[in-house]
Amino acid sequence: MPEQAFSPWVWFGLAVGQIALVLIWLLLSLAFLLWGDRKVWAGVQMRKGPNVVGPFGLFQSFADFLKFVLKEIVIPAGADKTVFLLAPLLSFVLAFGAWAVIPLAPGWVVSDINVGILYLLAISSLGVYGIIMGGWASNSKYPFLGALRSAAQMVSYEVSIGFVIITVILLAGTMNMTGIVEQQAGWIWNWYAFKLPTIVVMFPMMVIFFISALAETNRPPFDLPEAESELVAGYQVEYSSTPYLLFMIGEYANIVLMCALISLLFCGGWNPGFPVGFLDSWPSTAASLFLFLVFFAKIIFWFFMVAMAKAIVPRYRYDQLMRLGWKVFLPISLVAVVAISGWQLFAKLKGWA
Amino acid sequence: MALQEIAFYVMATVTVLAGLAVVFARNPVHSVLFLIAAFFSAAGLFVLMGAEFLAMLLVVVYVGAVAVLFLFVVMMLDVDFTQLREGFARYLPIGGGVAGILVLEMIMVAVTVANQGAAGRNAVPNASGGADIPNAEAIGRVLYTDYVYFFQAAGLVLLVAMIGAIVLTLRHKPGVKRQNIMAQNARTPATGMTMVDIKPGEGIAE
Repeated sequence: MPEQAFSPWVWFGLAVGQIALVLIWLLLSLAFLLWGDRKVWAGVQMRKGPNVVGPFGLFQSFADFLKFVLKEIVIPAGADKTVFLLAPLLSFVLAFGAWAVIPLAPGWVVSDINVGILYLLAISSLGVYGIIMGGWASNSKYPFLGALRSAAQMVSYEVSIGFVIITVILLAGTMNMTGIVEQQAGWIWNWYAFKLPTIVVMFPMMVIFFISALAETNRPPFDLPEAESELVAGYQVEYSSTPYLLFMIGEYANIVLMCALISLLFCGGWNPGFPVGFLDSWPSTAASLFLFLVFFAKIIFWFFMVAMAKAIVPRYRYDQLMRLGWKVFLPISLVAVVAISGWQLFAKLKGWA
Repeated sequence: MALQEIAFYVMATVTVLAGLAVVFARNPVHSVLFLIAAFFSAAGLFVLMGAEFLAMLLVVVYVGAVAVLFLFVVMMLDVDFTQLREGFARYLPIGGGVAGILVLEMIMVAVTVANQGAAGRNAVPNASGGADIPNAEAIGRVLYTDYVYFFQAAGLVLLVAMIGAIVLTLRHKPGVKRQNIMAQNARTPATGMTMVDIKPGEGIAE
């Protein structure tokens, strides 16, 4: 981040430009990831999936976008109008705001703050408000039940996500996202998921993080807030047109954010898994672009995993979901935090760290 | 810095207005939403002061956890506001007294800071004031050394409160059937099934 080199207004304009770039990249990749999601899902069920709009149906998301935008916004009678419209907006803004601290390549980050991970935790804990507000403002029973389920689910899984993140913070010794990624440079066994003595704890932590991320983003098999066989569509029953679109884009942005986060925390972020010394001879933009593509490939890999989970795992029952969060993940991640901090202290005493 | 000043005035105004709206909003759910707005813009003010760690904690703890529970309770309860307003005159002296004490304390703090500066004996170095250690580390150093007993005591108080809440709400109902997933998964044809050879015309004697 350029500090005082420019006047504040130039700096302001630059920041807005960076934000716009990240936003455009994110929205475009979301459109194609959504298409990929549906294709994967269709492939597992031996269907063709979207294949009409554009080559291979690639532009299906854009067609859907136009359809949503051109429809009528229905606001139910008795709904709290302001809160009803504020809720999808909040979901959308928060889902995209979190991307401010995600380093896409060395130096390619909108805001490189030194409490980056805490910022992400803070933003993702705010995400629940969009859903509660939407469910409550709809003035209907199904959305309200969906919102309550969703809030309970997100609050529960945030705890285990928090503990998993603490293990990474303990290993990295910093809460800055760029710092965490830089610590994982070099060969693939430097990634926190595979680093040698701690792999015993950290690899299971990665699995826990992945499953908790599914629950946190209300993805199947944990999509109880919108379980169509029980709640019609949960908190978004009453939503149509653009507000619904905002909810949906926000949800997908959150899923991709979780994929990015698991790549950053456990799989080395932009590090390709081998030393990148050969990049020194490249022009710096080309080198950054290469590392960015590596990071993007990792996001796509994890998104593929999320899509496969949606396609092959049956939905959990609510009590099973709560049992998994509180009785399985929470104790395991708590023990992991103690183990990792003990290991860090031990390694420091022995002079290995 | 014009930009910082604009940010400060915007967030300070939002904080104060949202605080007023918490009290004056007719709908209790709106009150809680304004409370969240107030928390959030207060966190923004913390960031402006260079206390980004505290700001994030404020959002994670108060907005992300405490206010969610507030919102839950307020949404689920059917609060009758005419009934609540009945006692307004009766509780005015107590409420006014508490508010007065708070105002007095704030004035005292403000005067002390204006006279001597915020730096006390164990002042946390301000991250924006040129110190090169991050804010979280600075707080950690003070919290786990000079104030470690207070910190532990606060933790114990919270632990006792948690145990108390669990003891108050825990009921062991007899006869409740629970799912035992381990037992279910461990079930095999050998353990889950018995072969019975029934003679014709006799049936099974229970």
